Amino acid sequence: MTKNIMIVGVGGQGSLLASKLLGHLLLSEGYDVKVSEVHGMSQRGGSVVTYVRFGEKVYSPIIDQGEADFIVSFEKLEAARYVSYLKPDGRIVTNTQEIDPIPVTTGQTSYPEDLVDKMREMGIRVDAMDCLSLANEAGSSKAVNIVLMGRLSRYFDIPADKWRQAIRECVPAKFTELNLKAFELGRGED
Amino acid sequence: MKELLLGNKALARGLYEAGCSVVSSYPGTPSTEVTEEAAKFKEIYCEWAPNEKVAMEVAFGASLAGKRSFCGMKHVGMNVAADPMFTAAYTGVNAGLVICVADDPGMHSSQNEQDSRHYAAAAKLPMLEPSDSAEAYEFAKLAYEISETFDTPVIIKMCTRVAHSQSVVETGERVLPQEKPYLKNIAKYVMMPGNAIRRHPVVEERMRKLAAFADEQTGEVSVCPLNRVEMGGTELGIITSSTCYQYVKEVFDKKASILKLGMVYPLPEQAIRDFASKVERLIVVEELDPFIENQCRAMGLAVTGKDIFPLEGEFSQNLIAEKLGLPVPAHESLKEALPARPPAMCSGCPHRGLFYTLAKNKCTVLGDIGCYTLGAVAPFSAMDMTLCMGASVSGLHGFNKALGKESEGKTVAVIGDSTFMHSGMTGLANIAYNQSNSTVIILDNSITGMTGHQQNPTTGYNIKGEPAGKIDLESLCRAMGIERVRVVDPYDLAECDRVLKEELAAEEPSVIISRRPCVLLKYVKTNPPLRVNGEKCVGCKSCMRLGCPALTVKNKRAVIDATLCVGCGVCEQLCKFGALGGIQ
Repeated sequence: MTKNIMIVGVGGQGSLLASKLLGHLLLSEGYDVKVSEVHGMSQRGGSVVTYVRFGEKVYSPIIDQGEADFIVSFEKLEAARYVSYLKPDGRIVTNTQEIDPIPVTTGQTSYPEDLVDKMREMGIRVDAMDCLSLANEAGSSKAVNIVLMGRLSRYFDIPADKWRQAIRECVPAKFTELNLKAFELGRGED
Repeated sequence: MKELLLGNKALARGLYEAGCSVVSSYPGTPSTEVTEEAAKFKEIYCEWAPNEKVAMEVAFGASLAGKRSFCGMKHVGMNVAADPMFTAAYTGVNAGLVICVADDPGMHSSQNEQDSRHYAAAAKLPMLEPSDSAEAYEFAKLAYEISETFDTPVIIKMCTRVAHSQSVVETGERVLPQEKPYLKNIAKYVMMPGNAIRRHPVVEERMRKLAAFADEQTGEVSVCPLNRVEMGGTELGIITSSTCYQYVKEVFDKKASILKLGMVYPLPEQAIRDFASKVERLIVVEELDPFIENQCRAMGLAVTGKDIFPLEGEFSQNLIAEKLGLPVPAHESLKEALPARPPAMCSGCPHRGLFYTLAKNKCTVLGDIGCYTLGAVAPFSAMDMTLCMGASVSGLHGFNKALGKESEGKTVAVIGDSTFMHSGMTGLANIAYNQSNSTVIILDNSITGMTGHQQNPTTGYNIKGEPAGKIDLESLCRAMGIERVRVVDPYDLAECDRVLKEELAAEEPSVIISRRPCVLLKYVKTNPPLRVNGEKCVGCKSCMRLGCPALTVKNKRAVIDATLCVGCGVCEQLCKFGALGGIQ
């Protein structure tokens, strides 16, 4: 059975490292893996989506509506934008950070309120946490991606050490300690 | 070794293993990484050419000289490279010549969604179409074999979902091909009428042989030929290729019979007829145009295709299921409408100050292809036209010739440094030669920005980041006969405004070079974030006219997001109350 993880966020937030880490980890676990990214125009502060799919044999590189087991979101509004991609029993793991899109910064509209509650009212399981603060605690605001991976790791049967190993293999050596700390902070107490 | 590789990286790996020695390309999403990855192999000479036509000719020259060569481009780049490509079909090759074109259905990062498969038919060239990274890798190697066996350039067609998806590839070692010494052959390589007349029948004969080859290469999965027949149920027979094959497998797995084409031109006619005869209903699943479908219809086959599937956009597993009347997974959206998040110029983007100036002066702006196309969106809305690479400059000349004084004093072209080198230069030559009173603004951010920071002839560095020749834009424009060449810093709003007004008023052609490196370049040093003095801010929203992602207004006061602000100081110049400023 193919499992689907959607990573969503704002261009420039570091979702490519998250998908690289997941791809690396899942391949080493013996799965067939496909990862689909978008480059170019849509990266410039726009809404970005990466698909990670794994299983015995994966065909389509993309995740369609109603198919995602997990939506991992770097930003709250982006989590809400893609809820239609979630399976009925799927789970959202989201950073509670708010990044105003241009229609909000220019005052055309306002940032929607109580998004996490609204998603929960739909019956969706939402694991929301302030990943930016935890990333800063780990030593860099750029580590939001690994904080989220730490949180996501709680929902997988793959041992934490395998995740740690994947982090060592995917990030530059000088950032290993910082990212391992970010992973622990995201994962929290077992 | 088993690796998870991006489609483009896998293709580059295939080129490497096939012994490719020369690569020349122009960057364009989603094709760029093929050349970037090829450049990482020291055995391959790689370069960014000024445009796709030059790249194609460089690759052709290398093939003629006897080295396996490659050039890659996005779909619209093939329009630029079409001239040499059509005649290279007549000359054929010496060593293998492989061309990659990457389509962008859904237009993630493109100005149209043309279907490049038509080029294969129009230029009479074979076209391979991988459906994942493993095939991109295999087909790159196979393309060289076909190229040399049939004496023809071979096109590999990618699309966004194959180019930018990672899947598992088992790689091998580089094997150098047989030497192909250069031999002078005027009748084959000098395409003047007397020779070309004799080459055209060669092209037609080659296409017949390639069509027969396509049939030979069609069979069961176990022998893994180019075109695969995967027999399942006989109720439904689906002919498909590329990423659509993956969607079809996702929906049907083994429940339908599939003819999966790896070579989409020429088609294996006999194999298609055999396949059609074994199934009750024949369906073609292909994105964009009915390219395979129309050829099936020309064979006299009854087929379902674009009567149910769209001509626009990308497909997906759900789309295919839905169009064929199958159930799709239940899903639900949030009840309320959410604010869109369109791409925007980065905070500190040097284009922002210039576009603010153009909007303020209510200029008519003929635009071009690059990050600065974002000048067309709110709050600037400072763009009136974007067509293709270089069209801003030549379009401005036409606009001014049509309207004369009515437009000359308020109309400009904006074009990036890389785009200017690509095909803006020739438009400027026309302005200088045919004398229109035009004002061209070159947005020189010292890099090819949108495609992810590739060097170009004006940056002074080559694809590997080593020092290279550097074309001086001021000297180039002057040499073409433009006497008024001005350079401004787009962070200086007063200077931009003054120079723009002067050059629009001038009674002769002029070029304004708006020069500041892209703020995302690693060597660019940024300033600490600015701060808002809450007592001075009156909430007038003047700074909101910049559309900077780091600036917002909350509770009637400007707020700066310190994680995004790079302290460019442009907003500071707009604030009449001195409320925005650097850290004292």
